[in-house]
Amino acid sequence: MAIAERPAQRGTAPQPGAGSGSDGAPLEFHVFKGIPGEEQGEVTYRVPPVTGMVVLDAIHWIQKHVDTDLACRWNCKAAKCGSCSAEINGMPRLMCKTRIDDLPDGPITVRPMTAFPLIKDLVTDVSHAYEVNRRIPQFTPAADEPSPFVIQEMDLERIYEFRKCIECFLCQDVCHVLRSHDLQEQFYGPRFFVRVASLEMHPKDTVDRLEAVRTEGGLGYCNITKCCTEVCPEHIHITDNAIIPLKERVADRHWDPLRAVSRLLLGKR
Amino acid sequence: MTVRGAEVAGSGKGASAGDAGVTTGVLARLRRDAPWWLLPVTVVVVLGGFIVYSIWASTTGVGEARNAPYLSPLYSPGWLANHIPVFPGLLCILVPIAFRGTCYYYRKAYHRSFLWDPPGCAVPELRHGGYRGETAFPLSLNNLHRFALYGAVVYIPILAFDAANAFSLGGHLYLGLGTAIMVLNVVLLAGYTLSCHSLRHLVGGSVDCFSCVRFGRQRYGAWRGVTRLNVFHPTWAWVSLFSVWAVDAYVRMLNAGWFTDPHLLFR
Ligand code: SF4
Ligand code: SF4
Ligand code: FES
Ligand code: FES
Repeated sequence: MAIAERPAQRGTAPQPGAGSGSDGAPLEFHVFKGIPGEEQGEVTYRVPPVTGMVVLDAIHWIQKHVDTDLACRWNCKAAKCGSCSAEINGMPRLMCKTRIDDLPDGPITVRPMTAFPLIKDLVTDVSHAYEVNRRIPQFTPAADEPSPFVIQEMDLERIYEFRKCIECFLCQDVCHVLRSHDLQEQFYGPRFFVRVASLEMHPKDTVDRLEAVRTEGGLGYCNITKCCTEVCPEHIHITDNAIIPLKERVADRHWDPLRAVSRLLLGKR
Repeated sequence: MTVRGAEVAGSGKGASAGDAGVTTGVLARLRRDAPWWLLPVTVVVVLGGFIVYSIWASTTGVGEARNAPYLSPLYSPGWLANHIPVFPGLLCILVPIAFRGTCYYYRKAYHRSFLWDPPGCAVPELRHGGYRGETAFPLSLNNLHRFALYGAVVYIPILAFDAANAFSLGGHLYLGLGTAIMVLNVVLLAGYTLSCHSLRHLVGGSVDCFSCVRFGRQRYGAWRGVTRLNVFHPTWAWVSLFSVWAVDAYVRMLNAGWFTDPHLLFR
């Protein structure tokens, strides 16, 4: 059945603006609905506003009162599980971290992530991200490394930031290499450059992932436009602290004749 | 149609009967928040303006760019400019052009503003296929940024020397408004150069284990120092661009006789 013809009498919604705790004129939400191969589009809902509400609250209200089959993924409602990623007014954001009062007046659009295949409504298939993750060799200390590790603070300082990643994949979604150019097969994407950087900079790791990140990871496709950094809800400096340092390490190997000579003479990596 | 809070898009107020009620395609995905185009447009105007200005200024001749005791940074080093018969300014700014052209911050600026790759975050691009990024010539040359850095570092003492010269006229101590602008220019250019990502890598970023290498503690200290400056790299990039322009424009305005340099001369 086409979305435009759906009967709207589902649910038993309180009249917008009249419910308990309601706080002013109803908010207008344009929420994407649909599954692949069938008609898809935005459906308008009017939701009673509540002080301090976030977009996920509105989606839950719609699910409870109006449209019980509206699909969305969520888990913690605390910006920590990385499940509720969507595009709010066209920008990739966490629904549970986007307050209504931070958005400009007017209708609010909620759509699924563009860079991942649609499953239903606001839910996308992010398995590509997990496939990329599996291709990256895991942390590998030397076989004779005494355990537990003794590591100086200054040697770990850089990688603390990378540990904050909640795998929301908003950075993957916003990255134009995946989003606009569909280079999924040639490009790891920002989240996985963060992972590679955290492993490459680890003082006890012994595996070399630089060649892989340059070739199959497609590091060169990144043109430092920093959208990944702009959307990261954990404020990880993805470009400055992960991608650029990786690019510099690649340049050491492939673009620096001075280093090549010193490697030859001194036999260093 | 609004029933119990739900309404099908497009069938409400003002929608025509033929409207399917569904918003799809590129339009539906357009960002509807802040005017994302403001930043690229500003960069095109400001950066484009500076590029046009510097091409014009660096081709007009060294005479226009000198007003004792001042010298425009576009014609520095002065001794080199004096020995180049054609377009000395253009040759003098080759290294700074290479430095800024391959700078990680300016890559963002020109990719977003001039190449629209992308024009803004989550904004659809004009082209879909054929994107090679920095994997292919000419953008792969950005990987040589460190060599431009080596050249740019040399410019700092040269411009500091020019600024020091601006303190003396006819063997006497001279303190003019131009002197202050030239000193400020050196400070801002030093800030820009010392906050470079490649320098950050060079001094310590390439080290995985500071406590395992020779001079590790010192390298860690240097890396932290550059990192502190690096956080403001875009700001350094813009303010130093303006200061270069300001010194050149100031010298030209003095030469054009628009005003005389406010100064103190200690005889
Ligand atoms: S900086 Fe690179 S990885 Fe991040 S969004 Fe831009 S192109 Fe993608
Ligand atoms: S790096 Fe940031 S945006 Fe990307 S997946 Fe991790 S938390 Fe999300
Ligand atoms: S629900 Fe967990 S991050 Fe939003
Ligand atoms: S990164 Fe901007 S000057 Fe090096």
